[in-house]
Amino acid sequence: MKIIVTVKQVPDTSGKVAVNADGTLDRASMQTIINPDDLNAVEAALTLKDEYGYKVVAFTMGPAPAEGMLRELMAMGVDETVLVSARQFGGSDTYATSQILAAAIDTYGFEEGDIIMAGRQAIDGDTAQVGPQIAEKLHLPQVTYAGEIKKDGNVLTVKRMLEDGYMTVKVKTPCMITCIKELNTPRYMTVAGTVKCWDMPLTVMDFDALKDHELIDATTIGLKGSPTNIYKSFTPPQKGVGMMLEGCGKETTDKLVGILTDKHII
Amino acid sequence: MILDKKHALQRKLFREFAENEFTKELQDELEATGEFNWDIHNKMAKYGFMGTKIPAEYGGQGGDYLSYAIMDEELARQDLCLAIYANTSNSLGGGPLMIAGSEEQKQQYLPPVARGEKILVFGLTEPGAGSDAGGTTTTAIPDGDDYIINGRKCFISGAPVADWIIIFAKTDLTKKGSRGISMFIVDMKLPGVSLGAHEKKMGIKGYPTCDVVFEDVRVGKECLIGPLHKGFQYAMKTLDGGRLGVAAMAVGLGQACIDEAVKYSKERKQFGRPIADFQGVSFMIADMEAEIEAARQLVYHAAVLKDAGDPEAGLACSKAKYFAAEAANRAAYKAVQIHGGYGYIQEYKVERLYRDARILSIFEGTSQIQQVVIANGLLK
Amino acid sequence: MSYNSADIAAFKNVWVFCEQRQGKMMPTTFELISEGRKLADELGVELCGILLGDDVDGIANELGGYGADKVYVYNSPLLKNYTTDGYTKVIAEAVEEFKPEIMLFGASNIGRDLAPRCAARLHTGLCADCTHLDVDLEGYKEFLRSGSSLDIENMKWESPLFDVNTNLKMTRPAFGGHLMATIVCPRFRPAMATVRPGVMQKRPFDEAAAKAVEILHPEFSLTEADIETEVVEIVKAAKKMVDLIGADFIVSVGRGIAKDVEGGIKIAEELAEELGGVVGSSRAVVDAGWISADHQVGQTGKTVHPKVYIALGISGAIQHKAGMQDSECIIAVNKNDAAPIFEIADYGIVGDLFKVGPLLLDSIRAAKAGK
Repeated sequence: MKIIVTVKQVPDTSGKVAVNADGTLDRASMQTIINPDDLNAVEAALTLKDEYGYKVVAFTMGPAPAEGMLRELMAMGVDETVLVSARQFGGSDTYATSQILAAAIDTYGFEEGDIIMAGRQAIDGDTAQVGPQIAEKLHLPQVTYAGEIKKDGNVLTVKRMLEDGYMTVKVKTPCMITCIKELNTPRYMTVAGTVKCWDMPLTVMDFDALKDHELIDATTIGLKGSPTNIYKSFTPPQKGVGMMLEGCGKETTDKLVGILTDKHII
Repeated sequence: MILDKKHALQRKLFREFAENEFTKELQDELEATGEFNWDIHNKMAKYGFMGTKIPAEYGGQGGDYLSYAIMDEELARQDLCLAIYANTSNSLGGGPLMIAGSEEQKQQYLPPVARGEKILVFGLTEPGAGSDAGGTTTTAIPDGDDYIINGRKCFISGAPVADWIIIFAKTDLTKKGSRGISMFIVDMKLPGVSLGAHEKKMGIKGYPTCDVVFEDVRVGKECLIGPLHKGFQYAMKTLDGGRLGVAAMAVGLGQACIDEAVKYSKERKQFGRPIADFQGVSFMIADMEAEIEAARQLVYHAAVLKDAGDPEAGLACSKAKYFAAEAANRAAYKAVQIHGGYGYIQEYKVERLYRDARILSIFEGTSQIQQVVIANGLLK
Repeated sequence: MSYNSADIAAFKNVWVFCEQRQGKMMPTTFELISEGRKLADELGVELCGILLGDDVDGIANELGGYGADKVYVYNSPLLKNYTTDGYTKVIAEAVEEFKPEIMLFGASNIGRDLAPRCAARLHTGLCADCTHLDVDLEGYKEFLRSGSSLDIENMKWESPLFDVNTNLKMTRPAFGGHLMATIVCPRFRPAMATVRPGVMQKRPFDEAAAKAVEILHPEFSLTEADIETEVVEIVKAAKKMVDLIGADFIVSVGRGIAKDVEGGIKIAEELAEELGGVVGSSRAVVDAGWISADHQVGQTGKTVHPKVYIALGISGAIQHKAGMQDSECIIAVNKNDAAPIFEIADYGIVGDLFKVGPLLLDSIRAAKAGK
């Protein structure tokens, strides 16, 4: 029994974000982090591992330096990691990415009773599409926005969060679950983990490793195979400078309310 | 020094943990009550901090001196008391067993200490034997297969929560000075062991400290660690490692002073501009940064020498401890100065940093003792 | 004849997935229908709603009032509650049958579960969480003139790969709102998008059009065996939900309330009550556990555009601005005169929210009393 967790290394958009003159992101100048929701998925997997003895395997698609993130996950308790990395995979949109990751998971081996977990969405693209699309490609049932997960035999009972409440959904394994931050608090690495993770298994799956899989086809992967393309990108406009009011006493608030009423704003 | 990937990852772990878990509320609570907080102790233990430097075969995490130094630095950057929580088992507590313990003693005592289930503290100092540790008057007199211990150890950090204490006692009363001293591990629950009152300290108020009194305490010979009458040299060796830890904590505390000074000097406006714009302030920050970075490099260098088993390692630890502790105090002074009146009130963190810094140049060998060690290394 | 998503010429009309929960239409659906109407007009085609549920004909007509020409209704007890499998099957098969060229979903927790699944099954592209849609190139340029710093007049607009005048241009924020990207889906149909709730403007309701809308019931097949998940229960949040999206007035609090959390929130509540609005917050306040997550405005919270947005003690991190910068009037109160919130504020007061907040309340009360 194993749990596969899909993770992504992303630029830390909560810190300083640099934009090039041409409107693209200056990734080189930004810190990279493990996508926050993915850590909730990892924690959910490790919690199930602690209780039921699952093997936890993390998959990521990205460039070679993503190895650092995978070592970190193993220092937290993930048993094994797979880095899906090839020039041909670059530029993939969510459709193509899920196609490649589904092929990688299938190649690695996915069996009855296994679970795939993913973060709700990545903070760079905020699409929330790759999880469901992997599930579709692997013909698995999915439950997204998991706020609570309970296991009973081969049935998971998931509290699926909605904007106005939640629904409780039962799903049989194998299945895909996407996780939100309310689900749990991710654990830290352990000191022993930071020592041992360098000798733990990390497999690289390149184009050759996947090229014979039925889902992999030059017309459906990478930049050329992606159904969506970027037409233009730009930075949002800065709103014009407003009016700074003098002082901070009653006369100031009176003046403000006066302006607002004059303009029929309130 | 450029950290390798392993130590860089450890730094990330310790930094994230301390930034998230050592909340202001927790720090304030420790400062106000002086009580040991078991929740944070257990949490640190869960991630292995109590056994960072203890080998895996004794229940530890298998890190090295550099791992340990980075841990002490990063934890102390947020809170010195909480750095001491994780420090003791890795240095003065676990150290003597690692250096001199029998295989049986290591197997018995180290795993629970490394897991944080038991707390082991170090008792060397006495009312009349501080820097002159050879002046030990506590005695352990043979009685059949046992020893009878009498005496008083003072300023024992962590004593109120300890399960075991490592102590040094005179076993050969005919020998003078540092000779004829032996090392024992004593169960704090034995009849005849009692605690003095909690000390009311200037700083590190959150870490409980008191005297431990021994009155006809009977221990078996299996509690003797290392060879009889040769305990003092092991005390000194243990202190080498401990000094490295204190030096690392000094770097962390100094870094905290820089962090606070930078933040405040950018926010605080006088004469219509941030005070960071004034060279009187920015040059102080430059001094702090240069000195703390120099201290950091001395600490890492000493740690690498310890890990390599280099004969100069002990001296390097003394140099690092001396320089880092003094640099941290200078940094704390400047950080308060930059804060002006606000630095003198408890609402701002630098007030506590200033008081906490003071212990760094005193415990585990005062700056002057380090100077003696360093000078002796050159002049002997 | 097999279905081929790359046969672009075979696809026509704009579709909107009309999300209902417990037989009630989600308000976002009307925003989407209104926006869909605009796109259909630009293309000169029909706008159709697709509505799934159990006995939901009663809520189909209203869609006509916002611009739908037709509504395809699929009734089944198996469609009463949303399930990924059931809804995906019915929608994918409907798309294969009727071949719309554009398909819009609300970017709700359900829309964002369903749309990617449909897109993957139908082999087409999907753009997530869009905030602006255009077919007409001139309209798109007009949007960029006010919505970007691009040099519109000197840019190249044509593409060798697709017709820029007829392809849907889907604009969305990325990287926490630091960048905007316009996405196209040139080689496959339908071009699919989920659209952020609260962003598109609802058209005025047209009574006559509501009556005239054509309701269709295509045949479909769905059995229990098609649905692999089981919905055990649906629970509405017990407490009153914070309706940030629909609010005209929002009073939000940020980290500035730290020194007296309860007091700070009370000030915001009183102001909100006086204005007939609701209380919002920055992410920091939610993360600190001071207020529940449904109050959160910003990139990871809600996007709002009230008439008046009052930011108390909010520094204005870019993630927060992403969710509120389109408010009609922004009033910021912050102790720090360099806080980025002032860069987008219409009116700024440098001061302590604990002092300015109550004074502002007094001024508003006095103004109201004076009327």
